[in-house]
Amino acid sequence: MRNRSHRTRQLTDLIVRVLSGMAAMVGVFALGWILYEVLARGIRAINFSFFTELPVPPGMPGGGLANAIVGTLIITIMATVLGVIIGMFAGVYLAEYGKDRPYANSVRFAANMLMGTPSIIIGVFVYALMVLPAHHFSGYAGAIALAIIMLPVIARTTEDMMNLVPNALRESALALGAPRWKVTTSVVFKSAKTGLLTGVLLAVARVSGETAPLLFTALNSPYWPKTLNGPTANLTVSIFNYAMSPYSNWQQIAWGASLLIMISVLAVNISARFLFRGEKDNAG
Amino acid sequence: MPVKNNIPLPVDYIGSQEDLSSGEHFSSKISVSNLDFFYGKKQALWGNNLEIAENRVTAIIGPSGCGKSTHIRAYNRIFELYREQRATGEIILDGVNVLSPSQDLIELRKKVGMIFQKPTPFPMSIFENVAYGLRLHYHLNRGEIAENVENAFRQAALWEEVKDDLHRPALSLSGGQQQRLCIARAIAIEPEVLLMDEPTSAIDPVATSKIEDLIEVLRKKFTIVIVTHNMQQAARVSDFTAFFYEGWIVEFGPTKEIFTRPSKKQTQDYITGRFG
Repeated sequence: MRNRSHRTRQLTDLIVRVLSGMAAMVGVFALGWILYEVLARGIRAINFSFFTELPVPPGMPGGGLANAIVGTLIITIMATVLGVIIGMFAGVYLAEYGKDRPYANSVRFAANMLMGTPSIIIGVFVYALMVLPAHHFSGYAGAIALAIIMLPVIARTTEDMMNLVPNALRESALALGAPRWKVTTSVVFKSAKTGLLTGVLLAVARVSGETAPLLFTALNSPYWPKTLNGPTANLTVSIFNYAMSPYSNWQQIAWGASLLIMISVLAVNISARFLFRGEKDNAG
Repeated sequence: MPVKNNIPLPVDYIGSQEDLSSGEHFSSKISVSNLDFFYGKKQALWGNNLEIAENRVTAIIGPSGCGKSTHIRAYNRIFELYREQRATGEIILDGVNVLSPSQDLIELRKKVGMIFQKPTPFPMSIFENVAYGLRLHYHLNRGEIAENVENAFRQAALWEEVKDDLHRPALSLSGGQQQRLCIARAIAIEPEVLLMDEPTSAIDPVATSKIEDLIEVLRKKFTIVIVTHNMQQAARVSDFTAFFYEGWIVEFGPTKEIFTRPSKKQTQDYITGRFG
């Protein structure tokens, strides 16, 4: 028998390695480029008035996005509260009660589908459900649209994190005579605490950049968000409006807002990672 | 080959006669009859009959997978956490069949405590681990809780080691200490029966001997059923021994008899180390 050539084998290895290395580089390069551009351009828009003043008409000096920052915070917090309450209950059901029952399986399937649903569809859905009947845009509708996007993410991570808690722990608590709900709230939640929090943070990061669902629901506004029962200022739709405008000072502010969102998402992601890693170290 | 017929019970040892070793009278705390157990469609226990003597230690021995743990997991119905698991037959505890649907599970588990193979401290402080069970079952003020927690730790021979660290996480204890913490947690709520499912198989020999010493003390107060794959342990700590094989109870009697004059060949083969 003739040996296969070493050289051919080594050459193939080299080609595969170079190709995959280059593909990886393209991804990292794209991310690096975006980060660099947003940082370089956005930093010029960031100053004190950016955080404290209302937007000004095109061409006028100064002005900021204080209203949009507040609006985004309110909408996101509201969405998080809604999404976390419903999502966690759903996750608890899946992990502790539903398990592999047919109903749980269909809930799980639906959650996966919802996770893959383009956010613009959720925006249009809430538009039809809340904005059309009310005849006006509203911050509430925006919060609900974002909550719907968070819901499956939180439900599934809650389920996954609770499944990581060993059954031996549930058995010990049950064997002490604890009722089932108490086992879940006092023992399983406590064990899965960091995982659950990480899931929430990642879901927040996921929705904080969403534009399409807000475009159909909260829209935008140049005023302070005194009530959520009307168009509500927010960062992402502001970016959309300002970046598409022909005025250079508005475009500048759009860069600034992009930088702000990027840094917030990065911060949330990094704290989620630290939280999770810290816990793993403690567990030994 | 396992004997696939009903094994005659040595019931005459219990309830009617005297304990050969001590000459005391004793009565039956738990009486198991015709216990079958199923994992889905797979049957794991076949017609188990067993009498557990009150305030004595009963050891359950047998090769891996013979149903030892499955058997005692029926006593407190902990298996019901898993939907596909099912037990039929009777387990009479103080005159009541605990397998009956009308049995209140919380009441049952207050009466029948359990120690697991791996120590399972809850993710809370050493103190809170033991206080947890107390708060579930009693209305106590802070002072009473502290007093009962200390008592439980003393009974579990752990107090001296933890009294200065009560507010540290229980997970910071060593494996052997964690297991004694679980024992303290279980006895704090004053059960009548303690089920121990291979309580020393995950810890080192020194910690094992501490737990065996502890069993020696606890037997005065509790009825103990211990599953073990360590035959020396069974011989050391128990008054009665049941030998399980493939879901059947092959032989049951005073530990001394089982280890010195087993009546079944399978028992003899197992205790002399020919299989298992």
